[in-house]
Amino acid sequence: MWDYTDKVLELFYDPKNQGVIEATGEPGVKVATGEVGSIACGDALRLHLKVEVATDKILDARFQTFGCTSAIASSSALTEMVKGLTLDEALKVSNKDIANYLGGLPEAKMHCSVMGQEALEAAIYNYRGIPLVAHDDDDEGVLICSCFGITDTKIRRVVKENNLTTAEQVTNYVKAGGGCGSCLTKIDDIIKDVEQEVATVSKNSNNGTKTTEILNSGQIATATRPLTNVQKIALIQKVLDEEVRPVLIADGGDVELYDIEGNTVKVILKGACDSCPSSTATLKIAIESRLRDRISKEIVVEAV
Amino acid sequence: MSVIYLDNNATTKVDPQVIEAMMPYLTEYYANPSSMHTFGGQLAKAVKTAREQVAALLGADESEIVFTSCGTEGDNAAIRAALLAQPEKRHIITTQVEHPAVLNVCKQLETQGYSVTYLSVNSQGQLDLDELEASLTGNTALVSIMYANNETGTIFPIEQIGLRVKERGALFHVDAVQAVGKIPLNMKTSTVDMLTMSGHKIHAPKGIGALYVRRGVRFRPLLIGGHQERGRRAGTENVPGIVGLGKAAELELLHLEEATARERRLRDRLEQTLLAKIPDCEVNGDPKNRLPNTTNIGFKYIEGEAILLLLNKHGICASSGSACTSGSLEPSHVLRAMGLPYTTLHGSIRFSLCRYTTDAEIDRVIEVMPEIVERLRALSPFKNDDAGWLQSQSLVNSH
Ligand code: FES
Repeated sequence: MWDYTDKVLELFYDPKNQGVIEATGEPGVKVATGEVGSIACGDALRLHLKVEVATDKILDARFQTFGCTSAIASSSALTEMVKGLTLDEALKVSNKDIANYLGGLPEAKMHCSVMGQEALEAAIYNYRGIPLVAHDDDDEGVLICSCFGITDTKIRRVVKENNLTTAEQVTNYVKAGGGCGSCLTKIDDIIKDVEQEVATVSKNSNNGTKTTEILNSGQIATATRPLTNVQKIALIQKVLDEEVRPVLIADGGDVELYDIEGNTVKVILKGACDSCPSSTATLKIAIESRLRDRISKEIVVEAV
Repeated sequence: MSVIYLDNNATTKVDPQVIEAMMPYLTEYYANPSSMHTFGGQLAKAVKTAREQVAALLGADESEIVFTSCGTEGDNAAIRAALLAQPEKRHIITTQVEHPAVLNVCKQLETQGYSVTYLSVNSQGQLDLDELEASLTGNTALVSIMYANNETGTIFPIEQIGLRVKERGALFHVDAVQAVGKIPLNMKTSTVDMLTMSGHKIHAPKGIGALYVRRGVRFRPLLIGGHQERGRRAGTENVPGIVGLGKAAELELLHLEEATARERRLRDRLEQTLLAKIPDCEVNGDPKNRLPNTTNIGFKYIEGEAILLLLNKHGICASSGSACTSGSLEPSHVLRAMGLPYTTLHGSIRFSLCRYTTDAEIDRVIEVMPEIVERLRALSPFKNDDAGWLQSQSLVNSH
């Protein structure tokens, strides 16, 4: 029997916010859904968010979970935690936060909290119209664990975010290595790699504790750690919404973020911009330069 | 709240009569049975009586019983002994659904130059005898196959297998940890060369077991030291455990017929009622050749650990083939080998009865189980798969 905290048991025996949110067509409100996991893997979560469009606020959250005690408790905790947050705030909820809310999870069950975080991301990206496959660079990368279909990108991310140091921990967090075990040495190599990377980064910076931070004004603080993909997408969306779109809309046009691949940002131009012969220039000047300025010099913008 | 214990394939309660029999050997009779004084001689006698009791349960001769510490030791000792006795042969046959005490030894032997054939099973967990036949060669040292599966209760046709094994001159070991006390056994008329049993599955304490070794089978011991057990297993005997095992064996033999009939009746009632009351569930295992005390039911769309925890709240102990209970992340190797669809695989629960199980206990399970399943299905995204999520996934476990 696993050693669960009282909070885990409470939310398992009496889950909060279980079920579906049906789209009711209420004005100004949209429902977003995020799905992760599969029946083959033994756990799966479908998260429903009701969002107030004007404010980006999560008005309600509900879940449907296939899985064990801690999967159900993690899902329920997640819904409690994100209610009332804006989408940007919600994106900052990490698997650690979910585990902490529950008073901790057994190490071997940490993957349940990771699943919660991933479903949340999936729901928010769905809402923002970024196709799942595109945002999820976890699925790119090299396949490391074929038993659970886990790539090096995903392992790297979870190792970094949770300061994992052993392959066993990686198994507990994302399941990789929990099947036939033949990928365990590869996981060890990735851990070593990340450790080295982190060591160099902190050596090169005079203040290793500084992290990327989005300031209220939408400006970016000096970063010593590269942006995660999640942060990057959120940031691009924010800059587009706050600084680019108002200008274009004023000119009878608009832009929508379509996809992000590495440093290439794909956008759909709308309205006047779409048919405008000088749209390339518009892109370069109005969008690309702004994103380069705000996020990274490497960004290239493409219209699709 | 009193406990309803339906996890008897994991372990059993020690029979009060067994405890009573053991007590003097934990208190006043503490001598070493190997000692030359009369005090030691009294213990040696007690060990002899226990050996006779165990032999009687197996239909074996007293001299064919070696006391061990557990089923795992019996399995390990038998496999090693068989290989050491025939160093020229390098092939082993076993099945994909064995207990880890056999499977993991075989896996290790593979790294030491042995080749191992792991026979597959069909969706009822049953073996294909043609596959066995085709795998046997002159190089096969040992065939090690369980009598009955611990998870599904499926019983293998041991004597039919044995005939084929004997034709090819290999040794035949049977892990009968789950079968002893539930199936009448007679080693005198059997083709089995070695057979493992364990005390704690038949109402004796943990930490005691026995290995049957047919007279004439060349045996090389796993534990080497003193001359105990006629040189087949060194180490001072666990006398209280041995006495307890002897008493438990005597009681099993005494109750075998009536107890198994009762367990079968209760098991069938439990199984049929649950199947009738709860939609979307099915029995895993061979419907005909199955242990009378075991039922393994797959409840679709939900996960085993969650079911167990809700059962636990009602004081009901059962077991699941789900990965989440085991510390491993892969679901039961037995259910996977049977190729169960994923919809059932993760939600399989094993109820295993014993001679103490009552009608009232079965009634209680029948009462709470439908509500537990319904409750978890209400949470499950796969139950009413309106969005077709389930359909988008591969649902058959092709392992
Ligand atoms: S490949 Fe990773 S556990 Fe099998």
